[in-house]
Amino acid sequence: MQDMFPKMCDFFAGLSSVNLHSMTVFILACFVGYYVVWKVTPALHAPLMSVTNAISSVIIIGAISAVSIQLNSYVTVLGFLGIVLLSINIFGGFVVTYRMLKMFKK
Amino acid sequence: MGEILNLMSAVCFILSLKNLSSAATSIRGNLYGIIGMAFAVCVAFVGNNFSLSFIAIVIGGAIGIYVARKISMTQLPEMVACFHSLVGLSAVLIDCATFLSADSKGIDTITALEIALGTFIGAITFTGSLIAFLKLRGSYRGHAIPLYFNMGIAVVNALLIIAFCYSANSVSLSLLILFSLLLGLTLIVPVGGADMPVIVSMLNSYSGWAASGIGFTLSNDLLIITGAIVGASGAILSYIMCKGMNRSLIDVIFASGNNISASAQTKNKNRSFKSGAAEDAAFLLKNASSVIIVPGYGMATSQAQHALKEMGDLLKKNGTSVKYAIHPVAGRMPGHMNVLLAEANVPYEDVFELDDINSSFAACDVAYVVGANDVTNPAAKDDPSSSIYGMPILEVNKARTVIFLKRSMGTGYAGVENELFFAPNTMMLLGDAKKMTEEVVRAL
Repeated sequence: MQDMFPKMCDFFAGLSSVNLHSMTVFILACFVGYYVVWKVTPALHAPLMSVTNAISSVIIIGAISAVSIQLNSYVTVLGFLGIVLLSINIFGGFVVTYRMLKMFKK
Repeated sequence: MGEILNLMSAVCFILSLKNLSSAATSIRGNLYGIIGMAFAVCVAFVGNNFSLSFIAIVIGGAIGIYVARKISMTQLPEMVACFHSLVGLSAVLIDCATFLSADSKGIDTITALEIALGTFIGAITFTGSLIAFLKLRGSYRGHAIPLYFNMGIAVVNALLIIAFCYSANSVSLSLLILFSLLLGLTLIVPVGGADMPVIVSMLNSYSGWAASGIGFTLSNDLLIITGAIVGASGAILSYIMCKGMNRSLIDVIFASGNNISASAQTKNKNRSFKSGAAEDAAFLLKNASSVIIVPGYGMATSQAQHALKEMGDLLKKNGTSVKYAIHPVAGRMPGHMNVLLAEANVPYEDVFELDDINSSFAACDVAYVVGANDVTNPAAKDDPSSSIYGMPILEVNKARTVIFLKRSMGTGYAGVENELFFAPNTMMLLGDAKKMTEEVVRAL
């Protein structure tokens, strides 16, 4: 229990230095997202959903860096699986969006 | 260099959504998304295991392209739900990988919190979307789960997150994953079918927050930005869907178990209604000067959009004005009806949203409703005791004649009887929407 105080100090010190940057980026991005998405025409809400699904798979870069960490084989397996699943999403998402948008264009 | 490419990638993603603001620029929007993704992946390749990653991408890409090309537009909602579950599962995998590879160095409390939250959201997205996928496919209908049960699991999860922040050991992480997966299941299992558009949008939002969570863990701004934008997008769609049903998000998530347990109100079992044949409908349509077509999920299940378009073209040739009216929650995901009509080449400018068309029903001769039950139910306006009271509806009952295509006289997804069926100016066409419409086309 006696190490609780220093741990909390660490926590808040950590919050104020490293994570304030991430938090700033996060909150500003929420605002950008809010204003951009309200402009999307309701007729295109289905493509909006499939394209956002595809771009949220950008976490694939986390999986790619996990694959190359040679610390243990578990990490590589997890990363490999992650890349496969997210590639399904990326390619599938963009292709199905393209199919939909082509219909609207006609 | 990598930082700059990542920044460009984030800008591309924002431009991608911005270009979806109109159909004319929308293809460019998709292209921006692809370019942004290519930048991001190229940066990730530098200094990492290229060959192994590339093999994984080829495998996943082949599956993704195959599925996306094969899927029919009717099955779109279930495919999107399935894709959401993949983002959730991957987020959990990446968090586990981060945890395992950082094990030797030790994890500080902040990183532990980020991993815990990311895993929590990712796991909920995974199992929640799987259940949504099964429900949208129609292979699972759902069970009622008491609210306190979900509350209990949520509390356990909160405790496990705190425990992991303190101990950062694999036992608490495994337990957290297990209980988050369980919470995802129990949250979505009781949700009623009519609420599916909200749930799909909500899971879309969760998958974004999960991506942001990974961004926090890896201190990667691109992931944070993308996740936040996707999260905001899903949240806005959920809000629009909720408004379309006059329900609060809290209500949909927590109180929806009633939808399944409540049986249909079958007080009027043997009431008389006017039913007609395709020829009668064709006669009415031929003599109408303005027709509004109202598509609902019935159109999607029977794939009637092509027959409808053919009927619309014949009527137009006859000098009739033909419009399409789309309710925000028609179908099983936002914008589902628009995609199906676009598939059948219905011109963009003939399709109207709820607010733009509702005043036109009073002046229209025939409203041709294709399996859109709850969104046209006048009980939403007149009957305060109805479960859908207050929901904005398409006022088809104001049209001179209503032709209602429906498979049977059963109730809609909300399980509420529709007074419209028994109105003197309604003619029911009972049968498959596609076959019926084709018969009408032949009779025209």
